[in-house]
Amino acid sequence: MKEWVIAVSLLTGGVLMLLGAVGLLRMPDIYTRMHTATKPAILGSGLLAFAATLYFADLLVTLRALLIGGLVLLTAPVAAHVIARAAYFAGVKLWEHSVRDELKGMYDPDSHILHSPSHLNRDTLRE
Amino acid sequence: MNPVPLALDLTIWMLALASVLSVYRVLRGPSLPDRVVALDLIATVVVGIVIVYSIQTDTAVILDVAIVFALIAFLGTVAFASYIERKEQQR
Repeated sequence: MKEWVIAVSLLTGGVLMLLGAVGLLRMPDIYTRMHTATKPAILGSGLLAFAATLYFADLLVTLRALLIGGLVLLTAPVAAHVIARAAYFAGVKLWEHSVRDELKGMYDPDSHILHSPSHLNRDTLRE
Repeated sequence: MNPVPLALDLTIWMLALASVLSVYRVLRGPSLPDRVVALDLIATVVVGIVIVYSIQTDTAVILDVAIVFALIAFLGTVAFASYIERKEQQR
């Protein structure tokens, strides 16, 4: 029974990472690529760490696996956000069929300030 | 019947294929942030490969390598991002 759980979580983790790489290859612009590369990688490495926990069944290994899962869970979204921000500032274009760009006109390249959309202004929120 | 060795082999192959596909994006990717995203995914895949390898060889010590690698990959991505932003500001 335990062997089957280990095998299934290993295979699911591998398939998720493979899907993330396929999405990185197939998606049309950097923002969709980043979205499709980050999320499966988090769940995939978490599942692989879970498989290691079950396989070794040891306290120290469990702590290490939790550390790996927690680190990836904390750092991957931050890295994706930082890269998306840098890409938007560097002027990387959205896909031509993108429906909405809420940051359009909000970034001032001279002062390096990113304004909030008008419906999120402090004055209108207070009302 | 023990399915773990077969699953380990299949997972290693899938992770290797994933890193090869990401290398294609690193080489081709039209802009610098594209390449950085692909490198980030490669780092996560390598963390997965290290975990699978530690199960395959039955040595739990190798898991420490995965921890350090995840940290270094995050630092590298953030450094690249701040470099891109600063380059844009100077232009």
